[in-house]
Amino acid sequence: MATTSSPVAPPLRRPSANRVGLVLLLVLAYGLVPLVGTSYLYEAILTPFLALSLAALGLNLLTGYAGQLSLGSSAFMALGAYAAFNLSLRLPVLPLPVTLVLAGLVSALAGLIAGLPALRLRGFYLAVSTLAVQFFVAWVLNRFGWLSNDSPSGVVSAPPLVIAGLSFEDARGRYLVSLTVVSLLTLFAWRLVASPTGRSFVAVRDNETAARVIGVEVARTKLLAFALSSFIVGIAGVLWAFAYLRTVEPAGFNLDRSFQILFIVIIGGLGTLRGAFLGAGLIVVLPLLLSRLGAALLGDGFDSGTLEMGQRIALGGLIVAFLIREPAGLVALLDRAVRRVRRPA
Amino acid sequence: MNAFLAVDAVSLGFGGAVALDSVDLSVAKGEIHAVIGPNGAGKSSLLNAISGLYRPDSGTIRIADDGFSRVPTKRLAELGVARTFQNLALFKGLSVLDTVMAGLVHRQSAGLAAQIFGLPAARREAREHRERAEAVIASLDLADVRDRLAGTLPYGVQKRVELARALVARPRLLLLDEPMAGMTATEKQRMSGYIRAARVSSGTTIVLIEHDIGVVMSLSDRVTVLDHGRRIASGTPAEVQADPAVLAAYLGLAFDEEAA
Ligand SMILES: Nc1ncnc2c1ncn2[C@@H]1O[C@H](COP(=O)(O)OP(=O)(O)O)[C@@H](O)[C@H]1O
Ligand SMILES: [Mg+2]
Repeated sequence: MATTSSPVAPPLRRPSANRVGLVLLLVLAYGLVPLVGTSYLYEAILTPFLALSLAALGLNLLTGYAGQLSLGSSAFMALGAYAAFNLSLRLPVLPLPVTLVLAGLVSALAGLIAGLPALRLRGFYLAVSTLAVQFFVAWVLNRFGWLSNDSPSGVVSAPPLVIAGLSFEDARGRYLVSLTVVSLLTLFAWRLVASPTGRSFVAVRDNETAARVIGVEVARTKLLAFALSSFIVGIAGVLWAFAYLRTVEPAGFNLDRSFQILFIVIIGGLGTLRGAFLGAGLIVVLPLLLSRLGAALLGDGFDSGTLEMGQRIALGGLIVAFLIREPAGLVALLDRAVRRVRRPA
Repeated sequence: MNAFLAVDAVSLGFGGAVALDSVDLSVAKGEIHAVIGPNGAGKSSLLNAISGLYRPDSGTIRIADDGFSRVPTKRLAELGVARTFQNLALFKGLSVLDTVMAGLVHRQSAGLAAQIFGLPAARREAREHRERAEAVIASLDLADVRDRLAGTLPYGVQKRVELARALVARPRLLLLDEPMAGMTATEKQRMSGYIRAARVSSGTTIVLIEHDIGVVMSLSDRVTVLDHGRRIASGTPAEVQADPAVLAAYLGLAFDEEAA
C-alpha cells in the first residue's frame, strides 16, 4: 500500500527494494534454476516446497489475517486434489488450468460450509469443528469408491500434466507448473491482503466488536476468508498430488499434513505472505539437513527410524522456541537481520 | 429544538445488577453533551445501548428519524453514528493509515474482484478514501505515525487514532467513551481542540463521557449526570454544577478525589 500523494515521507518503507528482491527471485526461479537444476532438486525440494508454501499461504489468509484457526487444511487439499482428479477423468476436454480453478472452487465451496460454525464459535471450539471437517472428508473419500475411480487400493495415478498440448511431465516441467501456479496465487493473495477486504480480515481478527461498529460485515468477512483460503489450499492440494506425489490418495492428506501446514504458518510468521515460504522452506529442508547431520555424527547407527524421531523432536522444539521467543516467526527474524545489515550500529 | 438523539426511559440490567434505570437523554443537533457520574454509574452502558452493543430491557432510542428498541450495530455506521471505546479498541495489526481508512469500510462499494484486479472503480474509491484518511490524519497531527502499526503507539496517541477512525466517516453522531482518560493536562487540551473542531467542520452531534470536571465545563453545552444507573440531573454545566443532588452524589466526591 505505498502512497506517493502525501507530503510526508513514509518512514521505514522500501517497497522498491522489496520489488527488486521479488523480481530477482522470479528471474532466479524461472531463469537460473531450470538451467542448473537436477531431478533431485525439483522432486525432493522445490516442488514439495512450492505446494506446501501455497497451502500455508492459503491457511495464513484464514488464520494469520482473519484470525480463524483451522486444523483441517489437508482436508481442503484433498478436496482440491480429488476434484481435479475426477474432473480430468470425467471431463478430459477441460484444459488443465480450468480444471485447477474448478477444483479450487469446489474446495472454496466446502470451505464456505466449513466456515459456518465460525459465525458462532471461536478459538478452541472453532478449531475442533475444523477438525471434524478433516475426519469427515477422510470418511467420504473412503466411503465413496467412485471418487478414486473404484481403485481397490484407493490409490490412483494423477493424470499427466499437459497444458496446450505441451507436456510438463518431467521433474522440471512439474516444477515449472507449480512455480507458475504459486506465483499467480501469491499475486492474488498479495492483492487481497492489501485491499479493503484484507483490511477487514485484520479488523475482524484484532477486534470484532470495533469492526462491527465501523460497518465491517463480520459474518460475510469470515465466510469469505474461509472460501478464499480454501480455494488456495485446494489448489495447493492439486499440486501436491499431481506435481509432487504423482498419485491421489487419502494418505497424502491426513491430519499430520494439516498440522504440518499450521506449523509452517507459525514458524514462518502469522499474518505475512513471506512467512509461508520461509516456513515451508525450513520444513522441507530440515529433514534433509538432519539426515546429513545424523549420518555425519552417528554413521551407520543412523537409520530412518532415528531420523523420523529426530525430525519430530527438532520440529517440536522449533515450534515451542518460536512460540516463546519469536511469535512473529522467521519473518521477524529476517526483518531484524536485514535492518541490522542496512544500518550497522 | 428537536433532539437528534433521544434516549427514552431505557433500562438495562445484568443479572441482579441495574446498569440503567429508566434513563432519558436528549441531545440536540450539533450539541456537545457530556455524561458524567461516578465509576459504575452506567455511563458506558448507556453508550453501549445507543450503539446497539447492549440490548435495553425496555425503552426506546431514537437517532435522527429512526426509533429502535435495539439499535442495529450492523447499521450503525450507515446511520451516521461513530464511536470510540473506554478501553482502546484498535486493530493492532493495521497501520494508522489503514486503521483510519477502515473507518470508511461502510462506504466501500467496489466488489472483491474489482479490488483485486485493480479495476478503475476500485482504484478511484481507494484513492478517495485514502485522501480522506490522510486529511483526518493531518488534522489530528498523526502524520508522523501514519505508517506505524496502531498497536505499537503510546497510549495517548492510540486514543487519537481511535478518534481519527471515528471522524473519518464524518459521523452525524459521535459517541466518545472517556477519550481523555489517562492523559496529561496538555494532551487533554489538545484532545478538546480536536473534538471542538469536529463539531465545527461537520456539525457533528457529540456525546462524551468524561471525568475531568474542568474539561466537561469548558467543552460541553449540556451535561447529564448518572448515579447508580439513574439520571439525577441534566442541564447546562453551570446548572448541573449548582445542583445539590449532583454535589451530593458526584461533584463533592470528584473534588475530594482531585484534592487528594
Ligand atoms: N457486560 C457487562 N456484564 C455485566 N455487568 C456489566 C456489564 N457492563 C456493565 N456492567 C455493570 O453495569 C454497571 C454500570 O457499568 P458501566 O456502564 O461500565 O459504568 P461506568 O461506565 O459509568 O463506569 C456496573 O455495575 C457494571 O458492573
Ligand atoms: Mg465506563
